[in-house]
Amino acid sequence: MSISREDVLHVAKLARLALSEEEISLFTVQLGDILNHAAAACALDTEGVPPTAHPVPIAHLLREDEPRPSLARGLVLEEAPAVEADRFRVPRILDET
Amino acid sequence: MTAVITTAAGIARGVRSGEYPAARVLEEYLARIAAHEDRIGAFLLVAQERARAAAEAIDARVAAGEDPGLLAGVPLAVKDALCLAGLPTTAGSKILQGWHPPYTATAVARLEEAGAVVVGKTNLDEFAMGSSNENSAYKVCRNPRGLDRVPGGSSGGSAAAVAAGFASVAIGSDTGGSIRQPASLCGVVGMKPTYGRVSRYGLIAFASSLDQIGPLAGTVEDAALVYQSMAGADPMDATSIPGDLPDVLSGVKEGREAGIAGMRVALVTELCEMEGTDPTVARVFEETVKKLEKSGAVLVEVSVPSLVHALSAYYLIAPAECSSNLARFDGVRFGLREAGDDVEAMNRATREAGFGPEVKRRIMLGTYALSSGYIDAYYGKAQRIRTLVIRDLEAAFTQADVLLSPTSPTVAFPLGARTDDPMSMYISDICTIPANLAGIPALSLPCGTDDAGLPVGLQVMAPVLSESLLFRVACAAETLIGALPPVLL
Repeated sequence: MSISREDVLHVAKLARLALSEEEISLFTVQLGDILNHAAAACALDTEGVPPTAHPVPIAHLLREDEPRPSLARGLVLEEAPAVEADRFRVPRILDET
Repeated sequence: MTAVITTAAGIARGVRSGEYPAARVLEEYLARIAAHEDRIGAFLLVAQERARAAAEAIDARVAAGEDPGLLAGVPLAVKDALCLAGLPTTAGSKILQGWHPPYTATAVARLEEAGAVVVGKTNLDEFAMGSSNENSAYKVCRNPRGLDRVPGGSSGGSAAAVAAGFASVAIGSDTGGSIRQPASLCGVVGMKPTYGRVSRYGLIAFASSLDQIGPLAGTVEDAALVYQSMAGADPMDATSIPGDLPDVLSGVKEGREAGIAGMRVALVTELCEMEGTDPTVARVFEETVKKLEKSGAVLVEVSVPSLVHALSAYYLIAPAECSSNLARFDGVRFGLREAGDDVEAMNRATREAGFGPEVKRRIMLGTYALSSGYIDAYYGKAQRIRTLVIRDLEAAFTQADVLLSPTSPTVAFPLGARTDDPMSMYISDICTIPANLAGIPALSLPCGTDDAGLPVGLQVMAPVLSESLLFRVACAAETLIGALPPVLL
């Protein structure tokens, strides 16, 4: 399995990472190495074996569906990088003036 | 220095009976931190004043005739991946620098309710991704038993804090060995409960189907006390196991008194005869097994063939889940924000500036393994291998009560020795990963040292929900081997 520079650029776009040139070269090599290490595992015949998403097959715990207060708005907004009018402020999304 | 060399069980007894005040116990630990922490780097934050107030409150309760609980006055160090309202939480990452969580993790809240006194937040690999603590974005953490060595990771600070006598007990999180491997390298006891035994509410998520919070301590009994105080169903975590929590302290007592005679203990061929195992680790492990056999344990050997693929499966599943969990760090609601012309550019700039190299590498690997065209070949395949590991371990547990292996194939390695090659670092977790994939409880306890005094860890694994058996066997083994006291630097 070899990973190309284009693969790395595509995955970085999906993962929303603005990688440096140096990181692109490094990850092209390292991701290939790691996937090569997994090659034997990936070649294993697992026909008919179901996938495991949760290791302990116990019914999920559900809490009572009762209304309760959520986190205090002020406390949460205090930790936000930018706030305006009691909301999270982000760069402009819509192209309007 | 009386409290530091005694156990958490001993401290709690002394505090509950009024024999020595929690405030005095705390000052002994704070004095050790003040004298030696600059050489170790176990903490990202020491919360002196908050701890002093908590210790005084415990003493006031004792004076008023109340019982503060199982961990009364026991100094506790908390891995900085767990939220504690009122103190900053960083997860070892620049992206969360200065962040104050608005709530407290269930595990931490329960330990404080049981009387534990939080002394500080410990150093870790960024977002718990690493096996040496060298991925911390803040500072180096050194192994108290060899200052040129890594403490292991990712709960390296928690293990180092206990080994150095900076806290009586600690908690960490274990996704692929992140409690047991540093416990092994620092010569302390470290335990990963069954997946779902301890609520993950308030633990900053790395790989949600693998993450589990557990104790680090100087003795098996102390680890059991911490486990017993924080485990059990929590309505805030839908994956926590419902029902009453069985008492494990009776298992500890049984192990100490009845020993290991008649227990079927199995050596796992694939983990005990591994290429790259340090000869000293192999020798100390063999000697330990002989001691167990001599005192009546029935030795069997089991093969768990799918384990040869466990490391590969883990390094696909964990990065896949991490890439999904870490999508929340987008510069909008908390943590760092870097400027960008639009939202996506802001997201990219923030994540590029805020994440370190290992976290980026795992996000990239996980995103790739989940991307269209590859998800079945990588993530799907890894999940099927996970099923094989679970089946093979279930079969092994029909032949034996517990499984044994070294915790780590090597003793603590020198700082910087493995930072250039990710695969060489990942191999550190080869013995600990199977328990995470299968969700079973496992524990590491010190079983000897090499010529330089670096500890070797014995790993005990038990079937799902068999914590009591695990603590019983571990305590019996510890009674035979002897516990390793903290280093008095």
